[in-house]
Amino acid sequence: MNVFGIFLTISIYFIFNKLYEIKKKFYLNPVMLSITSIIVLLYFAEIEYQVYMESARILSFLLGPAVVSLAIPLYKRRKVVLDYSKQISGGVVLGGLIAILSAFFVAYLLGGSRALLLTISPKSVTTPIAIGVSERIGGIPSLTAILVIITGIMGNSVGVPILDFFKIKDKVARGLAMGVTSHGLGTARIIQEDKLSGAVSGLGMALNGVFTSFILYYLIQILMSI
Amino acid sequence: MYKGLAIIFSFYFIGEMAAELGNLPIPGNVLGMIFLVIGLWGGAIDIKDVEKEAEFLVDNMSIMFIPPGVGVMLYFGLLREELLPIIGALILSFVITIGFTGKIVEVLR
Repeated sequence: MNVFGIFLTISIYFIFNKLYEIKKKFYLNPVMLSITSIIVLLYFAEIEYQVYMESARILSFLLGPAVVSLAIPLYKRRKVVLDYSKQISGGVVLGGLIAILSAFFVAYLLGGSRALLLTISPKSVTTPIAIGVSERIGGIPSLTAILVIITGIMGNSVGVPILDFFKIKDKVARGLAMGVTSHGLGTARIIQEDKLSGAVSGLGMALNGVFTSFILYYLIQILMSI
Repeated sequence: MYKGLAIIFSFYFIGEMAAELGNLPIPGNVLGMIFLVIGLWGGAIDIKDVEKEAEFLVDNMSIMFIPPGVGVMLYFGLLREELLPIIGALILSFVITIGFTGKIVEVLR
């Protein structure tokens, strides 16, 4: 069996993850750096993606059980969900809708193709869920993954200054805005500011993933018909 | 360890089956996650039986995005052609979403 892909992915990720642990800078995002270096390597070595994927797909297969496992952090924070149920439900539903509609319409107005509109719509959802949703609605899952990660990096790097710029002070509001917009990478940043913001951000991320996967297919049908 | 994995994969399987049989446009793994939350909340599943395995998977999720992410190399043409709508939508949608969501939640308090 060809084990090249899984060997390459784990080794490269190990190196960049180590680097990130030493120097926690947003531009050293280990996933983004790993993807970029693997692409460069495959390109210069003239190795096809399918050959790489033959064994690397074992890693992406694990996204299935990993998404199911998101139930555990969600369940553990059930008290926070109940304590702030109004803000969380409102923020997830309205924020989730704004995320989809703003991405869809800006891309549309700037001349984006049908394929791009489908691909970019789930970009605020946590990567593992976004990949599945993109697949279901007919987008390009691998491109969705990249757009999601870039959105996460934006939240991680400039999310806090933007929240300050909009004068958003409430800790729950800051956490939700970050989690709904920039999923895990945003959560990792806001948790350094405040514990409650971080907990709410993680919830916003998980619940927006659920919300978007339930409505996006139907919403896209409506958007595409007008 | 096998008990935890058996629980996770059972719910994954049930979620995938539900998506398939119900002909739902929702990823089966998301349905599996919802069913597992219900199972935990309803007391059918003890969190201690599944916590360790689930947290291992969640904590190590990042590496799982890399292989699908590398797949973007097949779409460089599309990326080049649609660079403007991609960059425009990413930046504008980011600012709009984070700003409005924050403001809305503050009002809801």
